[in-house]
Amino acid sequence: MFAPAPFLLKDASVSQVMIQVCVALIPGIAAYASLVGPAILVQLVIATLAALAAEAVMLTLRGKPLALFLTDGSAIVTAWLIALTFPPLAPWWLVVTGTAFAVVVAKHLYGGLGQNPFNPAMVAFAVCIVAFPALMSQWPSVGLQLGLIDQMNIILGWAPRVDALSGATPLDAMKTALKLGEGSFDVSTLLANQDIYGNFAGRGWEWVAGGYLLGGLWLWHRQLITWHVPLAFVGSLSLISGALWLYNPAQFASPLFHLLSGGAMLGAFFIATDPVSGCTTPRGKLIFGAGCGLLAYIIRVFGGYPDGVAFAVLLMNLSAPVIDLLTQPPVFGMKDKA
Amino acid sequence: MLMNLFKFKGGVKPPSNKLQSNHLPIAQAPMPSRLIVPLHQSIGGTPRPIIQAGDHVLKGQMIGQADGWISAAVHAPTSGTVLEVAMHVRPHPSGLDSLCVVIEPDGKDEWITRTPIDHRAVPPADVFHHLQQCGIVGLGGAGFPAHGKLTPSKGVAMDELIINGAECEPFITCDDLLMRERADEVVRGIAVFRDLLQPKKVLIGIEDNKPEAIAAMRAAVDAQNEPFSVVAVPTLYPAGGAKQLIRVLTGKEVPGSMRSTADMGVQVFNVGTAYSAWRAVAHGEPLVSRILTITGNVHAPRNYEVLIGTPMDELLALAQPHPDTDGILMGGPMMGFLVPNPQVPVVKTTNCLIAHADRLFPPKAPEMPCIRCGACARACPHELQPFEMYWFARAKNFGKTQEYNIFDCIECGCCSYVCPSRIPLVQYFRFAKSEIWAREREKNAADQAKTRFEFKQYREEREKADKAEKLAKAAAAQAAKKAAEAAAAAAAEGDATPSAGAAPDAAIATVNPEKEAKRATIEAAMARAKAQREAVQPKNVDNLTPDQQKVADDIEARRVAAHLIAPEPVAPDNEKSE
Repeated sequence: MFAPAPFLLKDASVSQVMIQVCVALIPGIAAYASLVGPAILVQLVIATLAALAAEAVMLTLRGKPLALFLTDGSAIVTAWLIALTFPPLAPWWLVVTGTAFAVVVAKHLYGGLGQNPFNPAMVAFAVCIVAFPALMSQWPSVGLQLGLIDQMNIILGWAPRVDALSGATPLDAMKTALKLGEGSFDVSTLLANQDIYGNFAGRGWEWVAGGYLLGGLWLWHRQLITWHVPLAFVGSLSLISGALWLYNPAQFASPLFHLLSGGAMLGAFFIATDPVSGCTTPRGKLIFGAGCGLLAYIIRVFGGYPDGVAFAVLLMNLSAPVIDLLTQPPVFGMKDKA
Repeated sequence: MLMNLFKFKGGVKPPSNKLQSNHLPIAQAPMPSRLIVPLHQSIGGTPRPIIQAGDHVLKGQMIGQADGWISAAVHAPTSGTVLEVAMHVRPHPSGLDSLCVVIEPDGKDEWITRTPIDHRAVPPADVFHHLQQCGIVGLGGAGFPAHGKLTPSKGVAMDELIINGAECEPFITCDDLLMRERADEVVRGIAVFRDLLQPKKVLIGIEDNKPEAIAAMRAAVDAQNEPFSVVAVPTLYPAGGAKQLIRVLTGKEVPGSMRSTADMGVQVFNVGTAYSAWRAVAHGEPLVSRILTITGNVHAPRNYEVLIGTPMDELLALAQPHPDTDGILMGGPMMGFLVPNPQVPVVKTTNCLIAHADRLFPPKAPEMPCIRCGACARACPHELQPFEMYWFARAKNFGKTQEYNIFDCIECGCCSYVCPSRIPLVQYFRFAKSEIWAREREKNAADQAKTRFEFKQYREEREKADKAEKLAKAAAAQAAKKAAEAAAAAAAEGDATPSAGAAPDAAIATVNPEKEAKRATIEAAMARAKAQREAVQPKNVDNLTPDQQKVADDIEARRVAAHLIAPEPVAPDNEKSE
């Protein structure tokens, strides 16, 4: 009988970790659903099914045990992050394509669970926004009230994608207005438009961001993530946006606007904290989080994409191995020498 | 007394499972049918057997003599007859055999004459010798001979003597019960260590889940009016690891590379070691029994005082194991191991026997890939990065595992305990360590072979050179002889025709000027070589006694007689350094 010590093991498993991440997403999802309607729930289901199917195919091709890996929950987390970052009324095939690409290419072609150098959900987002820029920028106009049936019809392509759908995210709207207006608009006048904006950022989107924050804090409380990445992410995003906002409040939105817009909260707590593709040392996590926040700001404010979180995370994924290598903490008893 | 405690990073809190076995007093285990006493029971040299099959031995009679300084004697645990001195499986994960003395008890349990010593009246060296002869070794787990740890490190003042009563492993309660019931003798033993080491402070660390033991130890310290501090340390596995306890009590971090904690001015002993040291000093009793916990999948868990060498299955029967018991775990569930078979004997370092059953220790779920969650790194008390070491150990990139300080790993099992992917991390680290050790041995062997080969090459070349020189010499001698003969012949001719006296010489010179020049060169070279050889004499011929000189001269004479040339100097460098 081969049974090495320790004989006692903590009750923990990969699926428990993944399930808790999904649970932590629920407050944000609830706020999201109340904002845009049941479409997001439909997208979550589509993405989940697509992820599981892709996972099953890849596991079979790679000769891995199906039951063990299909139940680990990692594909579901990827699927949910994709559904939550894609436009809620995106056609079903876009979500399926993104999810399949994430699972097949970004995950399994690199070796499957635990081996992917890039966050699969962010790879999906980047690939789709490059390949299908128009579809990836069509967000439902605020105040557009469609029932489940109408939304299903749009997602499944049975109804025409009417122009009313092709709104922009509040973040994108702000950027476009500031850029095109060439100084004729300033941030405060834009924010005063209560059709699009709420108290701090996009109307209703503030609550979604708040939901993610709540779920993220719960993950931290459960010790599934440490404080380093979210704090550094939020900190660097606040610092850079705060500095530019102080420099010119008419042209640059406040830190609160940036924190509560786009993928900032989701990125800080759920995406940049992905342990597989992120940094692992405490100092490395701080650098990683700060880099994500900084790059996200630069891309979303000065770049060509509506939001910068996905590219920021991917760029930092690229640097994570080197950061880890350079930030190895000193071991017990060697702190003076380090 | 309040004192400032320190924290070590990491650690885990597994369910303690101590309540099952700590509510009953220590019981005396009955005499077993036979005793199997392994000779190798401590770190260091294997004691040599000094008895034979058929000998009658008394309780406490030495049966294995310490081999070297880091080694401790082994004794007969009871009186009886030696059945055999033979190889038996010892309680070790390897399942390998080792030399054991098998004794059939005669039931009289008759002691040898015990000779206590007054440790204050005799020099420390005598106390060390006494402890070594009584077989006192660390009972906390490693089994390091106690006397080896009682000499202060040179040049480092002994600041703290730490007594380890933490007992952080789940299930084990033998130190708890020892402190509750025999605190007085434990404290006296600590005083012996104190007298030998002369530390500035004595700290007794006990995890705060043992309030009775803490109270008993405090009472004993007060009763003996000793200035020892009994400190309740937070319950957190592995607080009982020597380096963790040092950290908690003193704030010092002993690096993994440091062999002895004495180099940091601190020394740690287990409470059980202090107790047996006192029995040895005050009563002259060698270490023939110890207290151990029998628990796990049994009806009646309890602590027993057990003779060393008692087969484990006989002990487990005392606690009435449940029918689904499928193995015996020696030590705690975090660092212990399943013994190779149930008949293996209890040794000095056996602190606990746990009846194993799947009900208690469920079979592990299948191993999943590492998701780099870092739970292991947060749990590691030595602040290592287990997932990185795992990655490299799995890839057999052992150099990298060493860069990540794999030898600082104390194999406490915290990383495996928390891993959500169920990776047996400690196993990977043991594998990597043993591979590195094996490679080190191979490398040493290869280096030695290389040195041998190089020396052989050098020797062969030297012999070849010697031979060539010898041939050259012989040829030169031949040429000289011929020249002499030719000269003699010429002289004879000259006698006949004196008028032409100078002509033949001139003729020879003109006939062979090149040969002459060559001969001169060879002779000059030989003279230089000879001068060099004489200048470089082997060192061992200096300062010889007349007798040795005579012997050497005789040999030299025989060599010359046998036409052997004078020996070359051994090292080639000597000639170069001329």
